[in-house]
Amino acid sequence: MATEILMPALSPTMEEGTLAKWLVKEGDTVSSGDIMCEIETDKATMEFEATDEGVIGKILIQEGTEGVKVNTAIAVLLEEGEDASAAQNVSSDAPAEAPAPAATADSKPAEAKAPAAPETDMTPDWPEGTKLKKQTVREALRDAMAEEMRRDENVFLMGEEVAEYQGAYKISQGLLDEFGSKRVIDTPITEHGFAGIGVGAAFGGLRPIVEFMTWNFAMQAIDHILNSAAKTLYMSGGQMGAPMVFRGPNGAAARVGAQHSQDYAAWYMQIPGLKVAMPYSASDAKGLMKSAIRDPNPVVFLENEIMYGKSFDVPDVDDYTVPFGKARIWREGSDVTIVSFGIGMTYALEAAEKLAADGIEAEVLDLRTLRPMDTASIIKSVMKTNRCVTVEEGWPQGSVGNYISSVIMQEAFDYLDAPVINCTGKDVPMPYAANLEKLALLTTDDVIAAVKKVTYK
Amino acid sequence: MATKKPTKKTNASAEELKAYYKDMLLIRRFEEKAGQLYGMGLIGGFCHLYIGQEAVVVGLEATAKEGDSRITTYRDHGHMLACGMNPDGVMAELTGREGGYSRGKGGSMHMFSKEKKFYGGHGIVGANVPLGAGVAFADKYKGNDNVTFTYFGDGAANQGQVYETFNMAALWKLPVIFVIENNQYAMGTSQQRSTSSAEIWERGKAFGIPGEAVDGMDVLAVKDAGERAVKHARSGDGPYILEIKTYRYRGHSMSDPAKYRTREEVQKMRDERDPIEQVRNILLENKYATEDDLKTIDKEIKKVVNDSAEFAKTSPEPAPEELWTDIYATEVPQEA
Repeated sequence: MATEILMPALSPTMEEGTLAKWLVKEGDTVSSGDIMCEIETDKATMEFEATDEGVIGKILIQEGTEGVKVNTAIAVLLEEGEDASAAQNVSSDAPAEAPAPAATADSKPAEAKAPAAPETDMTPDWPEGTKLKKQTVREALRDAMAEEMRRDENVFLMGEEVAEYQGAYKISQGLLDEFGSKRVIDTPITEHGFAGIGVGAAFGGLRPIVEFMTWNFAMQAIDHILNSAAKTLYMSGGQMGAPMVFRGPNGAAARVGAQHSQDYAAWYMQIPGLKVAMPYSASDAKGLMKSAIRDPNPVVFLENEIMYGKSFDVPDVDDYTVPFGKARIWREGSDVTIVSFGIGMTYALEAAEKLAADGIEAEVLDLRTLRPMDTASIIKSVMKTNRCVTVEEGWPQGSVGNYISSVIMQEAFDYLDAPVINCTGKDVPMPYAANLEKLALLTTDDVIAAVKKVTYK
Repeated sequence: MATKKPTKKTNASAEELKAYYKDMLLIRRFEEKAGQLYGMGLIGGFCHLYIGQEAVVVGLEATAKEGDSRITTYRDHGHMLACGMNPDGVMAELTGREGGYSRGKGGSMHMFSKEKKFYGGHGIVGANVPLGAGVAFADKYKGNDNVTFTYFGDGAANQGQVYETFNMAALWKLPVIFVIENNQYAMGTSQQRSTSSAEIWERGKAFGIPGEAVDGMDVLAVKDAGERAVKHARSGDGPYILEIKTYRYRGHSMSDPAKYRTREEVQKMRDERDPIEQVRNILLENKYATEDDLKTIDKEIKKVVNDSAEFAKTSPEPAPEELWTDIYATEVPQEA
C-alpha cells in the first residue's frame, strides 16, 4: 500500500524547514538508509534517509520550498510492483490531530495552600521522666550509626579514613572493630567515584552511609547526589531509588579558609528527591541520623565540626528517633520568632537569653530538617509574635532565610508587623586572617540587632 | 547489501545464530521506527539510536545469566531490548506515555527495569560507570556470583570518574565488566582528536585490570570475549575491560547532521561489516536457514515493532497527578 513520506522533525525544537534538494526522483527505487532529500533547519542541513523500501511514486513538495511544516506529506512511497496510480490512494502515517490521547484533567499543578492557622505536631521529643544522659554530638552520631548497623546488615559506612583511622573527626570511632572491614570501608580520596559507587550500591539493594570528610569535598560528587541519587526514583517511575545517607561536616570550622568553610544548606534544600537534615543538638543528631538511615530516600545530612564536641541531653532509651519535617521549639516567647537550624541555633539561643534580659521574649524554632521543612510551625509562631528573624551561617543571596521569608509573606503577610530579617554570614569567601574571619561570620550581636530592628526597640 | 567479507567458520549452532539474528534485527527495526516517530514529532527531546552497534549488546547478553545486572548511558534502547524488556514499554517511554517503563517520566535517556536488573539509561556521560561498579559492589557484599555489565562509550572513557572507578573496582575486586562501546565518535569528535591512546582498554593495565579489544561488528567475537570477561568477574577475580570496536550509522542524536565524517565512510561500514548481514550470510551459507525462513523472521519482527509503535501512539499521556508522584519513596524499594 502506498504511504506518505512526511516532513520530519530533525531536532527537539524544529517546527518547519526548507526542503533544499531532492536526491531521488519519481520512479526511483529506495531502500532503508538511502538519502532521499536534504532538509535545512535553522541549525543545519540534514540528510533525510528512507526507512522503508519502495518506489518514489510522487513528489509532493518541490525542492527549494521554504517553511514546510513538520508532518506535511512531501512524497508518496509505493510498494514494489504497485502502480503509480496508487499514489492517489495513500495511507498516512501522520499522527492524528491531537498527538496524544488527552490526559483527563487540566495540567495544573496541585496547589498547596497553608491553612490560616496551621496544625502542627507539638508532641515533645521524649515523654517527661525519660532517663537522659549527657552525650556529645560526635558520640550521638556514632551511636546512631552503630545501632542502625546492628539493626540492618545492609547498612554500611564508606568514606575517607572512616575505618582504620577511626574517622577524620572520630565520628566512626570503634565501628571498624565492631563491624569489620566489609561494612566499614576506607575509600581512596576520590569523592566523585565513591559517591557514585555508593549510589549504585543503593540501587543494588544496600543502605550505604557515604561520609564526606567535609561537604566542601562533596562538590566533586554533587552530580551523583543530584542526578543519580535524587532523581532516579522519579525517572524510573518509582521502580528504583537510592535509599542512603550522605553525611559529613558542613560550614565553617575555624581558620581553614574559603575552600573548607562553606555552608551548603541552601544548595541541597532546593532539590526535589533529596531530604536534608541539619541538626543542632546531640539528641537530634542521633534521632535524625537513625531516621535518615531508615529512610527510603537519599538524605543529605549536614553536620558541623564545631558542634561535634558539644554536649547535650540525649534520651537513654533503646531506639530513639526524630521524625523529619518537625521543628523543635527550644524557647517559647511572644515578641519575635527566631528561626534557625544547625550551628545557627547557638547564636539564636544566646541572643534570646540576652534579649530576655532586655525584656524581649523570643520564640526560638530549630527547623532540624530543611527538606521537608516544617513551615507550618514557622507560620503558627509568626501569627503569634508578628515578627521574624532567620539565622544561618550561609551566604545571603538565595539563602534558607530568603525562602522562609517568602513563605511567611505568602501565608502570613497580614500578621507581620515588620519585615522579616535574614541574618546570614557575610557575602564574602571565608578569609583566613583571624580578625577578618570573625567579621565574616555571623554573631550573636547580629541576631540581637536584627531582633531589635523588627521589634522597633 | 551483501557482506563482501568472507564468512568464517563457527561453532555456533543454527538456533543460536538465529537468535542473534532476531535480537539484532529487532533492535535495528525498532530504532528505525523510533527514528520515524521522532521525525513525526511523536518522540521529543534527544533520541540516540543504536543502529550499527547491535552486535555489542546482543553478543554480551548471550553470556549473561539470571541475576546479572546491566547499566548504560543514554544510547540505551538496544540494551533494553536485548535484556528482554518489552518493546511496547520502551517505545511508549520514548513517546512519553503512561505505558512507558517510567510511565513517561524518564524518556529515551532515562529508563529502568527492576525486573530485568537494567539500572538505566543515564544522561550524564560517565556517571553510570561508578553506578555500575556500585551495583557490583552490592552483589559482592551479598555474596552472590552475579556480575554487572557496565557499558559506556569512547567519549565517556575520558571522564575522570571512570578511572576513579577502575581504581576502586580493581582494589575491591568488584564483579564488574566494563564495556567500552567504541563507536569512534564522541558526538562529533573522533577518537583520534579526543583520546591520547589508540587502545582505550590498555588504560586498564595501569590499574591491573585485564582486558582486550574486540571486533564489535561480529556478534560471535563479542560473545567469545564476553565469556572470558564473565568468567573472570564471576569467579571473583575482579573487573575486566572489553573495548568493543563498533560503529554507529546514524548521527549522535536525531539532530546531528554528522558532518564530521564522510557518507562513504558510513556506507563502507554498512556494506562490508554490517553485524546483521554477517550473521545472515552465515545462516544462508551453512544452510541453517533459507531466505524464506529469514523473511518470516523479518515479518515477525516488523509486526512486533509496528505493534510497539501503535502501543506507543495510543497509550495515554500520564495523568497530571503523575507530576507529583515518585519524588519520595514511602517504602523501601524491594530488591529482587
